[in-house]
Amino acid sequence: MESKRIKVVISKVGLDGHDRGAKVVASLLREAGMEVVYLGMYQSPEGIVRAAVDEDADVIGVSYLSGEHLVFTPRIVEEMKKNGLEDVLFVVGGAFPPEDIPVMKEMGADEVFRGGSLTQSFVDYIREHVRR
Amino acid sequence: MPGQKKDRPQDLAARLVRGDRRAASRLITLVENGGPGADEMMKRVYPHTGRSMLVGITGPGGSGKSTLIDHLIGRFRKRDLRVGVVAVDPSSPFTGGALLGDRVRFQRYAMDEGVFVRSMGSRGYTGGLARATTDVCRILEAMGNDVVIIETLGAGQDEIDIIHVAQTCILVLTPGMGDDIQAMKAGIMEIAHLIVLNKADLEGAGACLRSLEAVLEDAGGRRTEGAWNPRVIPTVAWARRPGDVSGMEALEEAILAHQAHLRETPGLRCANERRVERELRLIFRDALEKHVISGLEGTGRKEEFLREIIERRNDPYSVVEEILGETLKKPEI
Repeated sequence: MESKRIKVVISKVGLDGHDRGAKVVASLLREAGMEVVYLGMYQSPEGIVRAAVDEDADVIGVSYLSGEHLVFTPRIVEEMKKNGLEDVLFVVGGAFPPEDIPVMKEMGADEVFRGGSLTQSFVDYIREHVRR
Repeated sequence: MPGQKKDRPQDLAARLVRGDRRAASRLITLVENGGPGADEMMKRVYPHTGRSMLVGITGPGGSGKSTLIDHLIGRFRKRDLRVGVVAVDPSSPFTGGALLGDRVRFQRYAMDEGVFVRSMGSRGYTGGLARATTDVCRILEAMGNDVVIIETLGAGQDEIDIIHVAQTCILVLTPGMGDDIQAMKAGIMEIAHLIVLNKADLEGAGACLRSLEAVLEDAGGRRTEGAWNPRVIPTVAWARRPGDVSGMEALEEAILAHQAHLRETPGLRCANERRVERELRLIFRDALEKHVISGLEGTGRKEEFLREIIERRNDPYSVVEEILGETLKKPEI
């Protein structure tokens, strides 16, 4: 009867009101057999990380579509460290200049996917890199 | 890994009863996955349970269960009660994946230390809950929550497992869901201690309220002396103007009145006896099944039995008799 499922928290953060992408990704991950906790818009880094703690999530996925990615990425990483979530994968998606990808990785994002990424690419990434 | 080292199973139960959020969260995963050690953990958790109010919310998808819970969390917090919530949503029967979308309604309590919310996929379990929901409630009790709210997945007529977990069962309905015949035939009506008619600002709410009250009144004649009288509470859990939200105080008062009734009458003791008896049977059945199946595993006998039954050389009833007979002769369970 033992069964383990990958659990993912998907969220928007800050004042970014574009949730279409986050919803599409949430549905695709569900179709890939994962349990997806969807938090919706206007969340804070603290609220997202608290949800990941309560839900014992394996992955946090955040979608940025209004240019706040360099503001919130370090704050989420910081909050994850504060709560001992070093073993939780932090994946970023959305629309931003390609030159910001290495910057976000430097800040502590585990992987970054821009709009146009193939579904299989992020599903495979999560399956291969989940740390527990 | 650093995160896992400090989460040693033997420490988890001790940390849980001190109210440790991370310990609660890890323990829930453990029982949800049904891995080895889950039963051992629950043995340690069990003595710390039995003191919380267990409130169940059920009803069709979209009736407003999560939004009502959002208001209830706020009301219980004002009374300085700690609140745990377990919210079940359906898992896909094809992929096993699930979109758990109840938490999105409760995020305004995201930073409140006195609120713990956990979402669960039903993982193929029917009845409106997940297999591990009972154990998850116990973990939330042992954590020190004064109230544990259990939200079922969208339930229609027959998903009534909530009655085995919650003390106070609330059925949420909305106007426009059919006439009184629908209400009279649904088994889920019989389990409700309180019926919430949500979206009571919609057209047809008045007629709906009257027909629900009539159904309850008819059932009331068949109720024994001193038993709880279910009632209907009209509410508006979401409104464009927050000032138009209504019925929340009445709902909170009705929950507390039912809880008081349970404690003043033999109601709670009777319900507990039924609950424990049922749970013993379920655990026993699971354990026996596991034991029997593992005894057949790898011997080739299971395949042989299946072939015999399919080819009509044997039948399922005789096979069960034979296996059970052998199992009971072996003392070492």
